[in-house]
Order: sequence, then structure tokens, then C-alpha cells
Amino acid sequence: MTAFLRSLRDKDNLRGLGLISPSLLWMIGLLIIPLIVVMISSVGGRDPDGNVIFGFSFHNYLRLAGYNYDTPCGDVPPPCFDDLYLTILWRSLVLAFQTTALVIAVGYPLAYFVARAPAGHRNLLLFLILVPLWTNFVIRVYAWIMILRTQGVLNGLIGSALGVLNLPFKPLEMLYTPGAVLVGMVYEFLPFMILPMYTSLEKIDSSLFEAAADLGANPLRTFLRVTLPLSMPGVVAGTILVFIPVMGTFIVSDILGGRQVILVGNLIQRQFLDARDPAFGSAASILLMVMTLIVTIFYTRTFGFGEEIASA
Amino acid sequence: MPQFAVELRDVVKRFPGPSGEEVYAVKHVSLQIHDGEFFSLLGPSGCGKTTSLRMIAGFELPTTGAVMIHDRHMGETPPFQRPVNTVFQNYALFPHMTVGENVAFGLEMKRVPKTDIAPRVTEALRMVRLPGMEKRKPKQLSGGQQQRIALARALINRPEVLLLDEPLGALDLKLRKEMQLELKTLQREVGITFIYVTHDQEEALTMSDRIAVMSGGEVLQVGGAADIYERPNCRFVADFIGETNFLRGTVKEQKGKTTVVEVDGGITVRAESENSLAHGQSVTIAVRPEKIHLRPTSGAANAFAGRVEDLVYIGTDTHYGVRFAGDHRVRVREQNTDSASTPLARVGDEVTVSFAEAAARVLVE
Repeated sequence: MTAFLRSLRDKDNLRGLGLISPSLLWMIGLLIIPLIVVMISSVGGRDPDGNVIFGFSFHNYLRLAGYNYDTPCGDVPPPCFDDLYLTILWRSLVLAFQTTALVIAVGYPLAYFVARAPAGHRNLLLFLILVPLWTNFVIRVYAWIMILRTQGVLNGLIGSALGVLNLPFKPLEMLYTPGAVLVGMVYEFLPFMILPMYTSLEKIDSSLFEAAADLGANPLRTFLRVTLPLSMPGVVAGTILVFIPVMGTFIVSDILGGRQVILVGNLIQRQFLDARDPAFGSAASILLMVMTLIVTIFYTRTFGFGEEIASA
Repeated sequence: MPQFAVELRDVVKRFPGPSGEEVYAVKHVSLQIHDGEFFSLLGPSGCGKTTSLRMIAGFELPTTGAVMIHDRHMGETPPFQRPVNTVFQNYALFPHMTVGENVAFGLEMKRVPKTDIAPRVTEALRMVRLPGMEKRKPKQLSGGQQQRIALARALINRPEVLLLDEPLGALDLKLRKEMQLELKTLQREVGITFIYVTHDQEEALTMSDRIAVMSGGEVLQVGGAADIYERPNCRFVADFIGETNFLRGTVKEQKGKTTVVEVDGGITVRAESENSLAHGQSVTIAVRPEKIHLRPTSGAANAFAGRVEDLVYIGTDTHYGVRFAGDHRVRVREQNTDSASTPLARVGDEVTVSFAEAAARVLVE
């Protein structure tokens, strides 16, 4: 502490502290302290009015792991094993992986196309990709209801197409399915993947493509050996930008999944609002954070943050 | 046995310009480059030399005309199917691969067995004097080293022709001089045809067997270093290669090669020309500064009284600026061979400038 205070005497350190203090206060007030509160309540309990009783027990975490204290699991009387929450966690994880994979698959060709477009067109194309973000997130998700519902746009189109061919048509049940949630997620998070991928692709020196061709690589092999590896930093950055929010989001699944597709985000939201069990909600939040952290650490350990290649 | 390693037949390249009109990058260029030759395309930027090279590599296709490599018509053959390799100006090494992977890339694309690749990579790196660098990343190397890796990466494929696009442009002067000699030696060793693009006339003169001087998308003159320096065929070539004094005038008479030219200001100069010229034709005479002397030399066909206006001492030589016959100014370069460091003349001295008939070239505009 004295060393810290002594270092403050140095003008540069003082200026540095001045520069970071607004964001430091912001982070402490709105991230660190709430996080500590969440950690403390996650090991607490709940009184009949839905307030947190402070204490120290892991029973919220045990409940998440499937240990059921009070209600019967089918025919088995409590305490018993209930996989309800584990299923939700697993579903969230799978959906986040599926979303990320699909966003890469859809976004990469688009980012590639924009990066290879004539320089004068690129900004316009990027602008078009970003235009949907001008509309509120929730409204954009609601728009998918219009598209996917039984009497919606998509069923209407398929119906009239089949009608022309004189084929019978029974409207598809697309809304309130895991598929609907997946489509909504991909739609919402696509720009966050395209932008970093575009940045990576656009940065590649075009003489490298010529060098590969000159050395006998056809366009496919040039792509696999040069373009793809050099654009990996963008894919890695995009994956982090997409995977983490998708793990925690609840709006898309709430609107497009109805009661059918409950994700860990919905679980947390309901504990705080409907079930009035903030202690259990806190435990679920901490678990979500830890899971996301583990996946991210594992991912970045394997692929890096991409900066080694990007800076080369 | 094919006649030429590379032949350009009346090649034209037009690009769409910024305001819709067509811009000529290369206008009707025909060149024949022999097997095993070190051939340079020399000219200022925008002269079409790089476009010509890129058409041989296949990165650009000629608008009209043909590119032949060992008598094979290249047509629209893509770069990855042409028997040539390129050393790029910025090296274009793959940053995500090691040096070894970079050098092996071409052989891998040709599906050469892995067991054959490794010894050839070792050999290629030894050839460019960077043995044992396989595991490094290009970024860890200096500019000169990256340059050599780029060379190794191209040469390992044993191309029929190696194309070099200003490969030494980014190196500092000393390294550039070293690499010039090294490249020339390497070319003699491997015996591969080199086509070398440069805007540096000294570089072209040092290394090339033959040089094509280009300007405005056209080839002005093709020849050996001495041909181009001693016998430039136009004012541009004389001016671009080395330093030259120009004197404008009209032809008075011609006997064989000897041409008497009446230079503006009332003097006559005896010069040489292979072309037969008409009486009264307006011409330019080119004289190199090192071929003019400040004292009348015996047998000099041209001698004029003048006055030294400025003087620059640069160690090996002294450069003089001399005004004579009214308004003519020439630069004279005298070697400082005397051990005494006294210059031949001082500023303001009256001197005689003289040069031989053979030192003065008649250029037709």
C-alpha cells in the first residue's frame, strides 16, 4: 500500500490513474460490487417473501446439479435426482454452439464477399449489414413471429407455391420450437461475427493470393492454405463475441421459444421475477458465468485470441 | 529446342481509366528473351514494366497480342499453371507459415512427396545462404533475409523463367549492392532465365545481360549495358541512363558516320550517327560528362572556349559546370587521378572544353 501511494507521487502514475478512474468507478460500481452481491446471495437462502436470507450453504448449487429437496421426481419421493436444470444448462450450451457454428457458416461467405468487393463498394455493403441494428433488438425478434407463425409469411409463401402446383398443404408449426430460437439467434448475432471476420479478411495482403497462385495453388487450395488460416483471428474474435452473449440471452428464447425452449437465461430471469428466489437465480448466474468462462478459456487456449497471426 | 524463353508478340494492355476512358499500360510491346539470360525491364514508374511482367506471370492477361513461354502460347493460362515463378516486390511471404513451410509451398502444390521436399528445402536455403532457418517465422527475419527466402521459395520450383519485380527496392543501399552481385552469381549458377523489373538504371546496368528501356508503355531500346549507355537511340534513353549533356542543332553535312551539326549559338560540332540524315534536319547531340575534357586533347574533333561556373568535388571525380558559346552549359566530369589535390580549374577560369567525334551521339527527335 505504501508502495502504491509512493508511486502516486510520480506524475505519470497520477495522470494514468486520472485517465482510468471514470471507467474504474464504473466497473467497480456496476460490475465488481454487483458480482460480489450475486456471489454472496448464491450461497444464501430464501424467505417466504422472496428475500435473500444470508447464510452459507451450497444447496442452491446442489439443486442446479439435480438434488431435489422438496418435491417428488415422478414416483420417487424427495430427496431425489431431478435433471430439469441440467437439461436447461445442456440445452443452452448446445444452442450456443449451434448458433456460433451457423453464424460462422452463414457469415463467412458474406464477409469474404464484402472483403473482396471493389474498395468503393465495401462501406456501402457494411452499412447494409448494419442497417437492421437500427431497429430495436426486441422488435427485430418479434418480426420473426410474423414470419414463422402458422399464418405467417413463410407458411403463406410455401402454401401459395404448393397451391400453384395443386399440392395439398398443411401449415408448418415453426414458431415456439428450438429451430425458431436458433434462427432468431443466428439472425440477431450475425453482424457480430461478420464484422471481425471482414476486418481479418480485408487485412490480408492481396499479393499473398498472387504468391500462392504463382507457386501453383489453384483457387481452392489458395483459400484453404492462405485465406482461411489468415482470417482465423476474425473467426476467433467473432466466436467470442457471439458465443458469450448467446449463452446468457433470454429474449430470443422467450419470444420465439415460448414455454417450449427454456434456456439458462430464462431460468435466471424467472428466478428473479416470477419465482422470487434471487438466491437460486444468483447461483444459476454464477454457474452460467463459470461455464462460459471454461468454454472461452478452453477455446482461446486452443486458438488464441488470434493476435499472434494478425500481427504477423 | 525452343527459340526463346519468353516472347512477347505485339502485346497491348489497356485498363479502364478512372473516368471511363481506356488507359494504355502497355502499347505494342514485342520482346524476345533468350534462355539463360538475365534480362531487365528498366523504366520510370508507370512505364508498363511491371504490367509486362505480370502478363508473363499470368496475373494480367494482354488485351491483344501473345505471351509465349518456350514457344507455348500462354493464352488465358492461369498463373498456377504457368512454368514461371515470381519474386514479389514486398516479398509476399506467408506470415502464418514458417520459413520452411513457405519454401516448401510450391513443391507441396505440385504434390512432390514429403520425403523429397525436406532435402530440397534444405538445399534451397543453403543456396540463398540462410541454412537452418526452416523453423523461423518470416517476421523474425530482416528485410534482406526475407528477400532471400522469397528467392528460395521461387527457385526451389526450378521454374523455366524467374520473374523479379523490383525485389531489392525495399533494401538499404549497401545491402542492395550486395544482393545485386549475389543475384547475378546465383543466376549464373542455376542457369535459369531471369526477367528483372527495376527503375534503378545502375542496378540494371550492373546485373543484366540485356536491358529493355521502357517509357510510356513502349520499349524504346533493347541491348546490352554498353549498347544502351554508349549508343542510346533516343533522348529519353540517353537521359534516363546516366548523366548526359544535350546540344540542339541542325544537320549541316554528313560523310559516312561523321555528321557535322550546326548548334544554335553559331558553333559546329562533329558527331557520329549510323543513320543517314537529311541536310537541315533538327537533331540533338548527346555527350556524356566523363567524355568531355577541360584541356584540348590531341585529336579532339570538338574544342570550344568556355568559363567554369561551378565546381563540385566528390572524391573520385570533380564535376564542373562550364558555359560556352554563349548560352550552352555542359557538365564535365574529370577523374582526380593526380595525387596533388589541386583541381584542373577554379570557378571563373577560362577553359577549353573538348570531346572526340565518337563521344558525341546524334539523336533524332
